[in-house]
Amino acid sequence: MTVAEIFETLEYGPAPEAAEPAVAWIARHDGRFGNFIDGRWAPPADGDFFESINPATGRSIALVAQSSKQDVDAAVAAARAAAPGWARTPGHVRARYLYALARRVQRSSRLLAVLETLDNGKTIRETRDIDVPLVARHFYYHAGWAQLMSAELAELEPVGVVGQIIPWNFPLLMLAWKIAPALAMGNTVVLKPAEFTSLTALAFAEMVEAAGLPPGVVNIITGDGRTGEMLVESDVDKIAFTGSTDVGRLIRRATAGTGKRLSLELGGKSPFVVFDDADIDGAVEGLVDAIWFNQGQVCCAGSRLLVQESVETAVLDRLRRRMETLRIGDPLDKAVDIGAIVAPVQLQRIQRLVQQGIEEGAQMWQPSWACPTEGYFYPPTLFTDVAPAATIAQVEIFGPVLVSMTFRTPDEAVALANNTRYGLAASVWSENINLALETARRIKAGSIWVNCTNLFDAASGFGGYRESGFGREGGREGLYEYLKLRDGWDATAIPRQSAQQEIELTDSEQITDHRAAPPRIDRTPKQYIGGKQTRPDSGYSQEIRGPSGELLGEAGAGNRKDVRDAVEAAQGATAWSWSTAHARAQILYYIAENLEARRAEFAQRLVDQTGYRGGAAEVDQAIERLFTFAAWTDKYDGEVHQTPFRNMTVAVNEAIGVIGVLCPNDQPLLGFITPVAAAVAMGNRVVAVPSEAHPLSATDLYQVLDTSDLPPGVVNIVTGIHSTLLPVLAAHDDVEAIWVWGIGDECRLAEYESAGNMKRTWVHREPFPWTDTPNSLIREFLRESTQVKNIWVPYGE
Amino acid sequence: MAVCGRKGATRRTLATTSVSVSGDRLPEPSPHPQTPTAGAYNPGMPLDLGWIRGIRVNRSATERRAATIITRRTVKKEWQAAWLLRAVADLDLTTLAGDDTPSNVARLCAKAKSPILPDMLERLGLPQLHVGAVCVYHNLVPVAVDALRGSGIPVAAVSTGFPAGQIPLDRKLDEIRASVEAGADEIDIVISRAYVLEARWRDLYREVSAFREACEPALMKAIVASGDLATLRNVAQASTVCMMAGADFVKTSTGKETTNATLPVGLTMVRAIRDYYHRTGFEFRVGFKPAGGIRTAKQALQWLILMREELGVDWMMPTLFRIGASSLLTDIERQLGYFLTGRYAAEHHFPLP
Repeated sequence: MTVAEIFETLEYGPAPEAAEPAVAWIARHDGRFGNFIDGRWAPPADGDFFESINPATGRSIALVAQSSKQDVDAAVAAARAAAPGWARTPGHVRARYLYALARRVQRSSRLLAVLETLDNGKTIRETRDIDVPLVARHFYYHAGWAQLMSAELAELEPVGVVGQIIPWNFPLLMLAWKIAPALAMGNTVVLKPAEFTSLTALAFAEMVEAAGLPPGVVNIITGDGRTGEMLVESDVDKIAFTGSTDVGRLIRRATAGTGKRLSLELGGKSPFVVFDDADIDGAVEGLVDAIWFNQGQVCCAGSRLLVQESVETAVLDRLRRRMETLRIGDPLDKAVDIGAIVAPVQLQRIQRLVQQGIEEGAQMWQPSWACPTEGYFYPPTLFTDVAPAATIAQVEIFGPVLVSMTFRTPDEAVALANNTRYGLAASVWSENINLALETARRIKAGSIWVNCTNLFDAASGFGGYRESGFGREGGREGLYEYLKLRDGWDATAIPRQSAQQEIELTDSEQITDHRAAPPRIDRTPKQYIGGKQTRPDSGYSQEIRGPSGELLGEAGAGNRKDVRDAVEAAQGATAWSWSTAHARAQILYYIAENLEARRAEFAQRLVDQTGYRGGAAEVDQAIERLFTFAAWTDKYDGEVHQTPFRNMTVAVNEAIGVIGVLCPNDQPLLGFITPVAAAVAMGNRVVAVPSEAHPLSATDLYQVLDTSDLPPGVVNIVTGIHSTLLPVLAAHDDVEAIWVWGIGDECRLAEYESAGNMKRTWVHREPFPWTDTPNSLIREFLRESTQVKNIWVPYGE
Repeated sequence: MAVCGRKGATRRTLATTSVSVSGDRLPEPSPHPQTPTAGAYNPGMPLDLGWIRGIRVNRSATERRAATIITRRTVKKEWQAAWLLRAVADLDLTTLAGDDTPSNVARLCAKAKSPILPDMLERLGLPQLHVGAVCVYHNLVPVAVDALRGSGIPVAAVSTGFPAGQIPLDRKLDEIRASVEAGADEIDIVISRAYVLEARWRDLYREVSAFREACEPALMKAIVASGDLATLRNVAQASTVCMMAGADFVKTSTGKETTNATLPVGLTMVRAIRDYYHRTGFEFRVGFKPAGGIRTAKQALQWLILMREELGVDWMMPTLFRIGASSLLTDIERQLGYFLTGRYAAEHHFPLP
């Protein structure tokens, strides 16, 4: 085409980024890559390799190792050997290494960008302008935390060896999200990139080598899902996984009861809410960034457009026009918006789901232009007339497919937004700050973007609510995934007996022996559900006996239906989660006040049940514990993160929702009050199963709770056999977190069953320091009671 | 190349205009309108205050789009050369200085007729290329008219108390009429910023309508002076009122405000133009002219990318797009020289305006 012709047509023409440097880098490795283990490059033990394909051409660009168990074990052993030394390395020294990695990423930025584009099919614009700069940013940011760790996180220490499994959609960026915080906090890692996209991780391993990190601190092994499975089963202290919810579920079950910690960043079906007072052109452009970013292969893609009825036509007209101007093609072309889908299997999934959407009656629309015929491409796709029940409205497509629905009112918008298993992110468009911020608080998701979308930064935590997983990556909140309490609370160091014996029996003379008194009026401790004392559904009771076998009472033998009713009551008490912190504190103080009024009675009950003479002291500690959590209610603040945009990134600590608590058998009052008070203080509602052997301290609390103005349904108590109740509670998908103080089997069961709805778990096998609880552990209660939501609010008129 | 004046165009009067498209909904949805390759056509319409008050512009979202629109697109090699030549054809070659005299204006006009070295144009296959217009103060209109006679290049005059517009309305109207009388084909008017800052949309509408009438049959470009308008919402509202009042082009700046044409402002204005076009049933086309601070070939390409992405190819032609600039040509010539020779030329190798 001549210049004069282009002068009239004004076409863009080709603008390819040169692939040669990346191709030459692959060639320098003879097109074949081993694993990076213990600071050395090693071929896979079995000698197996597989091809890495360029999705834009369908052609193989390199061979990478298919790692076997032997390779995984070698990598984990190397990380294990390096762990003590790396943990002891001063924070400042670790900061220097992370800083060096950040600088190296920047110095090689274009090579990494081109390599990522070749391996993944995403556009060079995105790898160059988004992926790689964010990678560098993550290492810089966490270099800072390595520097500050000893001063700011003194009570915490590294978890140890971390197995990290990352997806193919942001290969190098997900590596950075995983490795930077782990290393900063003194952990060593074994990372497995996704089988489709191993190359930038291997390039990164070269940088680790060049930066002189001690051998074994970072190990990179490649392979498919089998390798990942082996890593999950290996001798690591923690697994950090980003990927599909289905695989996350498998990992949750596989690690149940092993004591391995887990953080999961899973799928999403994120809502993109457009109110009638939005800047519609801005919102339409937001949709481009939401669902046509990275071909829609983004866990937090704004894939569900919820638009207010009155502006639906305006939004969809503009959207279709905008879709016509998107350019699809060679991802190395600098003027291309949409690159290739990562692999045929993913392309087929998209095609299948789109077909299903059409068959289920939704209207499909695609731009008039055609996709390239070579490589794996799929055009941007819009579905309208979609019912919330449609498959395409429910499942994560992980492709450039947007489904559109309408709403009439803000309440309906929130209801539709939350009508999903997931809770990763949401985008809210309105020029009305009242409406925007209220909606941001009401949508259940870890990241909420107001009048913006898909913004990421190392300073802000990213992660899900609900079945989108748990744990955060980025920000201070992300560090805790790679930390545990220093030296732990060693069970042998604080045995329950000795802890009890240390307590002064100040009121022992007031404690009388009821067994010598006349018979008391018979009392029937029932279940406490929805603020009412209800008979156990089973119609059975269990005898509660004292230490010498004497009958103290008969508590309800709770069953499945009692748990069901209790969860329903707790789910209904949502107002508690929206009440002010001050109001919640008032009620906790009031509970303490009313408990103290009946101090002697509660102390006596403890003595009668357990035979220990520390009853009064335990009551006092319970009262103090109530004060502690009452005090924290309005002090466990969020943060405003310093992200590099003109905005306020507000990290809010939100209640998780309904928490199931399996209380410990010993210390029946303090072991009940502590977790329940913590959970309730942070705005959760609780279904608590008290001590199986000594439930009467909990059932005695019913009247205390009633007289303290605690709203019905906030605390629900189901007594009974733990082995009967726990499976029901753990498998209940309307329970959003479960805490267990129990034996190993119970912990395993809770973690295993939690996979149903990916509820958060917090399990404890060992005796627990209920009496001498360090502040760091109190803080852990607060962290476990909350999840961080980051709300991004750009400003400027 | 067609000159896009109004001469000969039939103008609907406001009285016979029956457009009533208030509300949020667009008329008949038609995502791919068949735009005739024609120039500005805007008979104007009654002021629709509901429309004006309903305008929302989110600054952060606008800035994000403006920042990424130029990282999503680029043109290289022949395409870049062709696009730069298009920028030359779209150029309102301007001098608006206190020391303007007939001699420097005549020089400018010579450059307008031969904006790129003839041998270069020959090699690029566009020997007849000239700029979009020459833009001067009223006093120099006769000089420019003389110098450009027969060239097909229109003469544009800034008017209405340019740049601040702080003179009485009747003198603004007199100035317009005098320039038209003197042979100006296009009038670049400035709006009273006070009307925008005080949200006096009726007054603004009446003012611009009066300008419009006085401009007949010349083409009218309405300068909103975005640098004085404080918010992007004001820019969008002011632009829309100007369009309703019959402006053929809306223009960002006089070049005399402290902030010149920026891409977020441009994006806001072209979106207003698009909205107006859609809401009038894909009939009323208004042109766009960024002006002030556009000095490099790269900037010119960015503005062209903005036009192509947001409004399409028709809006890249001089009938609907102008770039107001005085020193831009030099850099474009240099880039074209590099394209042709693979060498960067010295500035003095190109003739002065």
